Amino acid sequence: MLRYALKRALSLTLSLIAASLVIFCVIEIIPGDPASYMLGLNAQEDTVAALRRELGLDASAPARYWGWVTGMLTGDFGTSYTYRTPVAELISARIWVSLPLALFALTLSTLIAFPAGLYAASKRASLGDTSVMGLTQLGIAIPNFWFAMLLVLAFAINLRWFSAGGFPGWDAGILAGLKALTLPAIALALPQASILTRVMRSSLLDTLDEDFIRTARAKGLSRRQALWKHALRNALIPVLTIIGLQFSFLLAGAIIIENVFFLPGLGRLAFQAITQRDLIVVESVVMILVFAVILVTFMVDLAYAWVDPRLRAGR
Amino acid sequence: MIPKTLIIGAALSAIFIAAAAISFIWTPFDHAQLAIPNKLKLPSVTHWFGTDHFGRDIFSMIMVGARTSIAVAVIAVGIGIVLGVPLGLTAASLRGSWLDEVIMRSNDLIFAFPSLVIAILITAVFGPSAVNAIIAIGIFNTPVFARITRGAALSLWSRDFLLAARVAGKGKARISVEHILPNILNLLIVQGTIQFSLGILAEAGLSYVGLGAQPPTPSWGRMLAESQTMISFAPHLAIFPGLAIVLTVLGLNLMGDGLRDLLDPRIRRQVT
Amino acid sequence: MTLLHVENLSLSINDTPILNNVNFTINSGEILGLIGESGSGKSMTALSTIGLLPHGSSTSGAIILDGNDLVQLSEKDLCDIRGDDIGMVFQEPMTALNPVQTIGDQVAETLRIHTKTSRRDALKIARDTLNRVGLPADQFPLTRYPHELSGGQRQRVVIAMAIALRPKLLIADEPTTALDVTTQAQILDLLKSLVDEFDMGLMLITHDLGVVAGIADHVAIMRKGEIVEAGPTVQVFQELNHPYTRALFDASSHIPDRKTARADTPVLKLDNVTRDYPTPRRTLFGKPGYFRAVDGVSFTLNRGENLGLVGESGCGKSTLTRAILGLDPITSGTIEVHGQKITSQTTTARHIRRHMQVVFQDPYSSFNPRHKVARLVSEPFHLLDTPPADARKRIDAALAQVGLNASDADKYIHEFSGGQRQRIAIARALIIEPDLIILDEAVSALDVSIRAQILDLLADLSDRLDLSYLFISHDLSVVRAITDRVLIMKAGKIVEQGPTEEIFQNPTQLYTKQLIAAAPNIDLALEKREHAGV
Repeated sequence: MLRYALKRALSLTLSLIAASLVIFCVIEIIPGDPASYMLGLNAQEDTVAALRRELGLDASAPARYWGWVTGMLTGDFGTSYTYRTPVAELISARIWVSLPLALFALTLSTLIAFPAGLYAASKRASLGDTSVMGLTQLGIAIPNFWFAMLLVLAFAINLRWFSAGGFPGWDAGILAGLKALTLPAIALALPQASILTRVMRSSLLDTLDEDFIRTARAKGLSRRQALWKHALRNALIPVLTIIGLQFSFLLAGAIIIENVFFLPGLGRLAFQAITQRDLIVVESVVMILVFAVILVTFMVDLAYAWVDPRLRAGR
Repeated sequence: MIPKTLIIGAALSAIFIAAAAISFIWTPFDHAQLAIPNKLKLPSVTHWFGTDHFGRDIFSMIMVGARTSIAVAVIAVGIGIVLGVPLGLTAASLRGSWLDEVIMRSNDLIFAFPSLVIAILITAVFGPSAVNAIIAIGIFNTPVFARITRGAALSLWSRDFLLAARVAGKGKARISVEHILPNILNLLIVQGTIQFSLGILAEAGLSYVGLGAQPPTPSWGRMLAESQTMISFAPHLAIFPGLAIVLTVLGLNLMGDGLRDLLDPRIRRQVT
Repeated sequence: MTLLHVENLSLSINDTPILNNVNFTINSGEILGLIGESGSGKSMTALSTIGLLPHGSSTSGAIILDGNDLVQLSEKDLCDIRGDDIGMVFQEPMTALNPVQTIGDQVAETLRIHTKTSRRDALKIARDTLNRVGLPADQFPLTRYPHELSGGQRQRVVIAMAIALRPKLLIADEPTTALDVTTQAQILDLLKSLVDEFDMGLMLITHDLGVVAGIADHVAIMRKGEIVEAGPTVQVFQELNHPYTRALFDASSHIPDRKTARADTPVLKLDNVTRDYPTPRRTLFGKPGYFRAVDGVSFTLNRGENLGLVGESGCGKSTLTRAILGLDPITSGTIEVHGQKITSQTTTARHIRRHMQVVFQDPYSSFNPRHKVARLVSEPFHLLDTPPADARKRIDAALAQVGLNASDADKYIHEFSGGQRQRIAIARALIIEPDLIILDEAVSALDVSIRAQILDLLADLSDRLDLSYLFISHDLSVVRAITDRVLIMKAGKIVEQGPTEEIFQNPTQLYTKQLIAAAPNIDLALEKREHAGV
């Protein structure tokens, strides 16, 4: 088990290095001179030169990359050109909106999908199964930001149960914070729950076709017992894969949904930075997002080993 | 027998593809024609879906918007197939080699960049445009096709008829094209349909946050973005473009499911 | 005492008739061998008995176990009977166990489902049961997972699950078909001893007459959903009253007519061939180890000769086959065809590969389902420098050689049965007129009657075309029937070789003796039982 975990950790580190290289190349190499790009066409020679000095662009690319990476490891993400504050501060203020939102949505999606998938699989081809499958088909087709707008229309504008947007901050209390994130989380969770329900159902049905289910039935387990005691855990392996992949969709989705609800999250930060050509902020935000995705992949890998003893053995 | 889902799905998809095609020669109104006095009209006999805050005809805008959505999604899926399928075939035929390892690890790496993040990166450097949306979604599609191709090809490589082809002196590249590709074509068609629908959703999302098609090119995502501030008093601005997205995606997904049932007629499950 | 009485059992699935008026009886402490070829309905008889038929099945008749008619029971009552009164063992041990549960828990589950035993007591009984089936605690603790066991060991776990509650009836559906012969013999011995010890009835389903001849008290021969003949084993096999029984019996001990005199021109020559596979590193930066799959193999195959290569699974015969075919590299040594070296590179000249073709085991995966027979059969033309002008004529000729019609060339492969497909595979091998055909378990997947026909065809082709065969198989009786010389392979090495009859009559190596002793042999089994006075 330890060997497996170490192996996955090594691969996590390699992925992070590769990802950081890609991001660095796109942001700092491809535009040619980031300083003149950030300042636009009409910038004065000396302003550009000043910014170049400030960003340390005189150094060679490998040296800058090294400085960027080692800086991040110590929590120094550089200074935002437009905000004139350390990027680390900007990010840490906003990540506590985006991350809880994604996790909230992931929890909702899992809580909906597991029972729904189990129900559909155990009642295969029944009216209930067909209805659940029809609903998921619809759920997948609805863009989450449009669903968010409809939620706002229904629950904020007409019923006035929630505010239409904004975030009071966690200082206002956990409940107030969660309440502000509820509609966004529901909007995010719906399509993902639909996908997960379908995966859960088909994975269960595939597992129910396996020989060992027949063995279990020959032992005297009823269909339901075989499903719960033998199929479920085996069916979890593909479900975990999808949950892992979903996290990256949720994080990306969260960025869009923040726009609907005017939430001060990483997405809004990134979009503002793009309009203001603040490459330093974009670079760091993207790195943080990618880091989160890679970390979740790593955790999913560990979860595999928990489910499947064949992986625990180390190969 | 043709599955019912395929008929419904194909019909829905056909409506929107037809709308996009017809929009080149005819729309009820000029989609770009401003008519401020006519603004925010509710749906009527003249303006079937009403008008927006500039008095533009929403039905016409949706027709032209279908063009953008479909073009972006089709090209992005095309990129995914053109790059991903050969990569997957190569990786499978060289299973376990360093090249396989490199291809699959790069795929994993791309999976760590959600298409929106790729779009943010590209837009930050090149500015927003429909082309960037295509590239972002296309890059994201590549590992999807590479992975599914490799998986299917690997299971075929263990089949005896491929050994027989090698005994007949055929090389791995030739076998990949001659024997494997035709046998995974169905799978690719089904996956292509699904990625097409995901592409429509992704394009809408990118346009919504301003990373996709720029004005004056009409797009469903941006129509939704513009409608947002007026949703409390003109919900029809948000409803119709949203429905267009939902029905197109639903149609494509149903078509994908139907195609899978039609092309992959495995014996019905018999669980006791 | 009558334990199970099946009376006029008929079954149809989605209106396709499967079983028709099946009648038989099993007594306590007795073994009934239910014999049939594929599609005879023998497995469905078993599934009817345990009540695990697929959806869309409808049964009529009665299955009376100890006075209860199982056909009439509700699903809930059947659950109580399964595992408690009836145990079942399936064919494929590799997939029959839940991969994510320990073997202890899986055996204990049988007890926990049916009795109010605590987990602890159930595990204790599970331990005893595993000991009983030959999986002692020191090597096989309850915490083992299925993937840590071999096929034979897994089958023992499945048996332990089935007998944990000492059922009155045990059903074993081809329990040894997926196993090696030596393992098969051990599992059959185990089943027999369990029947004696617990006074169980055993329904032993198999396609292999040799298996039942050794241990069954009664046999029932099934064909197309009906029992054509039934009775005490020795009597049925000696009298062979029913023509189908006789046909089966003849087919399973069929020896094709062949010429034996051969010239001494070598076609294939292996010299000290070795193949290592790297094994995963033990530590992160440690040296990767290696596994020697083929270890210093040398032999010569002459023109017109039929050479057998026998070994159990994992002995390296598949690796060796792939190396000879030039599909995989070898670590050292040489493989020569007509004095020219074979390597795994695609650059191995086509004129060398041209001398050699192959027929695989599985007739269902041997062909691209999207091509027509003409294209499938003519694929080896790729080995010629230019495609032959008379391609179509040669395709027709090759099909005729194997007993098919020229019109079959325009059909797709799914229109053919398993036996016909194997003929098409042979046609594909013949079409470029090779000197050597490698037959990799080429008849192992076929029913005995079809197998006999294909063996005749192979013998005839070898005689007429002066072909050499390298006949790779785990099945000793087939190898004995068709080869001139035989190689016995174990753990990558050739442990014994010589003329086939000589080896079978007087094996010198212990391993060869074990193999021959373990192989089911109808005549020997019947002889033994007659002496014992059964």
